[in-house]
Amino acid sequence: MANITIDKSCCKGCDICYAVCPKKIFVRSKNRNHYGTNMPDITNPETCIYCGMCERMCPDGAIDVQKEESSENED
Amino acid sequence: MNRLYKSYIRTDALPSLFCPGCGNGIIQMAAIRAIDGLGIRENLACVSGIGCSSWIPCYLNLDVMHTIHGRALAFATGLKMAQPDKKVMVFTGDGDCLAIGGNHFLHACARNIDLTVIMVNNYIYGMTGGQKSPATPMDAVTKTSPYGAMDYPIDGCQLALTMGATYVARWSTAHPVQLEKSIREGVEHKGFSYIEVLSQCPVQGGKNLYGEKEPAAILKKYREMAKEGQVQLGVFTKDSPRTEYLERVNQRLAAQGWEV
Repeated sequence: MANITIDKSCCKGCDICYAVCPKKIFVRSKNRNHYGTNMPDITNPETCIYCGMCERMCPDGAIDVQKEESSENED
Repeated sequence: MNRLYKSYIRTDALPSLFCPGCGNGIIQMAAIRAIDGLGIRENLACVSGIGCSSWIPCYLNLDVMHTIHGRALAFATGLKMAQPDKKVMVFTGDGDCLAIGGNHFLHACARNIDLTVIMVNNYIYGMTGGQKSPATPMDAVTKTSPYGAMDYPIDGCQLALTMGATYVARWSTAHPVQLEKSIREGVEHKGFSYIEVLSQCPVQGGKNLYGEKEPAAILKKYREMAKEGQVQLGVFTKDSPRTEYLERVNQRLAAQGWEV
């Protein structure tokens, strides 16, 4: 399972990550970031295919995707 | 925060001044990935001019020179001449490169000096409030052209090709993988590399300029435009018989009897 984190202090709520994720892991939420806009919520991180598009396309480098140790052992 | 991003960014300077949805962050990330992939962090210097796009290298924890308006290429030429071993990357915008720095751009292309220029083209002067730039498409409504722009836009890639740049490519912020690969090729290429990146300015440009307001919709539009051939993306030239400027300088010095 992927360990996906979104930094509250970096996110500016531009909504690009909703469009670029092929598995629609990011969904709209009412959580506020430090910028004062709505930031995404993470659902079903186990469907992540590690394409890296969210990391590349986030203009503020807020998203970090890390492979967890357990999933590497299974492969 | 992204681990790679964190290792390259000056975290004390955050948050960055880029508006939400600005394309500069995507280009910054592509540049960071390219630099990390090449492993040239200690051997790289970045030069930038004035404008939103010229703030891209200022957040990077590298050797950075933030110079006067339009003269980034002149400063970068001087830096390359003084320290030929360093790789030099120039970040510039469409107003910086094609309007006020147009003359420097022409001559740097013609000299074919070993620089990598990343020109961020968002079709507008974003920092000063959305005025018309030389790359603004015809009939686009901006703050200074309320009845539609009258001029034909300047095509930076065609200009660079005409003036003899030896690596010319154009990508958009909707193509970050190709952009990263192009930056890597440009840095490795010996000679003048010009990479134009079509970017978005959702705050000052928006609906009047791109036809869409949301940044994700503008990115989707760029992908569709590339597919339909309305904008030409890709690498235009790679191989050119032109020699590099520093090689020619060294040849002349050797001919005069100087030790090079």
